Amino acid sequence: MEGTGKLCAAALVFIALLSLFAPVISSYDPNGIDLDSLRRPPGPEHFLGTDNKGRDVFTRILYGGRISLGIAATAAFFSLLIGMILGLCSGYFGGKVDLLLMAVVDLVLSFPALLLAIGIGILFPSGIHTVVIAIVTVGWASFARIIRGQILMLREAAFIESARSVGCSHARILFRHLLPQCIPVMLVMAGMKIGSFILTESSLSFLGLGAQPPTATWGSMISANRVYIASAPWMVLFPGAMIALTVFCCNILGDILRDRYGLNIKGRI
Amino acid sequence: MKTYLIKRVLFLIPLLLGVTLLTFTLTKALPGDPVFSLVGERADPGVIEKIRKELGSEKDIVGQYLGYLKLLIRGEFGRSYHTNRRVFDDIKMKFPNTLKLAVGAMMIAVPAGLLFGFVAAQKRGKLLDRIISVFSVSGMSLPVFWSGLLLMFVFSLQWKILPPSGTGGLQYLILPALTLSLPALGILSRITRTTVLEIIDAPFVKTAQAKGIKELKIQLVHVFRNALIPITTVIGLEFASYLNGAVLTETIFGWDGIGRFTVEGIIKRDYPVIMGCVITGTLVFIGINLLVDILYHYLDPRVRIDGRNR
Repeated sequence: MEGTGKLCAAALVFIALLSLFAPVISSYDPNGIDLDSLRRPPGPEHFLGTDNKGRDVFTRILYGGRISLGIAATAAFFSLLIGMILGLCSGYFGGKVDLLLMAVVDLVLSFPALLLAIGIGILFPSGIHTVVIAIVTVGWASFARIIRGQILMLREAAFIESARSVGCSHARILFRHLLPQCIPVMLVMAGMKIGSFILTESSLSFLGLGAQPPTATWGSMISANRVYIASAPWMVLFPGAMIALTVFCCNILGDILRDRYGLNIKGRI
Repeated sequence: MKTYLIKRVLFLIPLLLGVTLLTFTLTKALPGDPVFSLVGERADPGVIEKIRKELGSEKDIVGQYLGYLKLLIRGEFGRSYHTNRRVFDDIKMKFPNTLKLAVGAMMIAVPAGLLFGFVAAQKRGKLLDRIISVFSVSGMSLPVFWSGLLLMFVFSLQWKILPPSGTGGLQYLILPALTLSLPALGILSRITRTTVLEIIDAPFVKTAQAKGIKELKIQLVHVFRNALIPITTVIGLEFASYLNGAVLTETIFGWDGIGRFTVEGIIKRDYPVIMGCVITGTLVFIGINLLVDILYHYLDPRVRIDGRNR
């Protein structure tokens, strides 16, 4: 499993670098329409072929990766942040705060996730920000629940009691004593969730609720070209393969992280 | 058990209120005026006024919400802005299709997932375990709209043995059900593997082996039965999410179910349709979760449902 993990990490870094250095790697304009080379199959000139507007598929995948990966990472960051703060408060203060916050968590989790994301996706004007908001709205709840569980375990620990008895403020206990204890769990969870965030982003893009054309995302490349699947399958094949490969690597890495830190994250996350 | 049930059912009330309030806010805040999308922006102002009144969008927002709740309690989701058909009737008509697809997907995912997970656990660390593990993670990682298109490409366009889209008999069901089953298959196989591995080393399995019980019987009676609990949860959750309408799969294969109905409602800004679908979906989701919790009780009498930390 170690070897697989290294391979996956390398693949992810490679994909991220490809997206980051897209302008250096490819000389094509991702949105440049070239009516002389519509739907060219993969060849020496166009490595992965061209799409129905003559745009280079490889270039669009590189630039699309910036959007897809960027959105997933941003959404993971904010989900983690919100989930962390609410989970900390819920677990630490208990009582009514806990009851209320966990009721909200239950409410969010009892929604079918993709439907909720779609609902939010159409509530705000389409664009990158909206996708991040949609994913965060769906994503924060499970983080909050897991972190709350961690805090419940730690709350009665001796070091917290001693911190309290020497007169530490709530804020100090929360952020200096409890928070660092949760960091491994949070990292593992982020690793495990980021794959599903990428899938959600691509699903929203596929439904036309993501970044708007002509901006390329992996999901929108598939939906825009899916009618040509019989005559020009490469336009659908390669962007989807990128999604699958990226999510696969994220999932494998998430598993390895979880096993390594011996964390037992149960329940629905 | 009884108190637990009552508690769970009582918890449904704030949950449903929250859900309806949320869907209501979502649909009201949506861009696009439903009146205009019905008659066009150049319609006679008198006509627009009349339709607005019929739709109840003249009242203030609280009045609209209360009116909607009243309708809901009577089992009335309103009429579609576009077809003017009762949303409830449409949902009733399309639900069997969604159910068919969900059951079809489960009939592939459950036996295959259990088998793969079980075999992987028996061959822990061997090549077969690794192959199954890669296969399972792949299943979870594939975007369904992509795997669906690939299956369609191979089976319908290249080999021409199955219809590419439509709703109907078994030949129409195979591709969407297969597409939908892949993620659940992956999850199930992994959960089964983990659970079986936890149980296989338990003292009672050693005891059974020491007593000389046949290995197959140990696996089936002692190991498998104990593995059923977490597996049931996953099956329940997956099934519930399928019943919400497999939004993407149904859209790709033109399957006339709840998921496609929802997407069409969203595209056309057909608020009653969206609300009706989301509320039925959530009801089904919650209902199945409740059923799974009750099932626990019978599968494993040790589970003390009242004291369980949720």
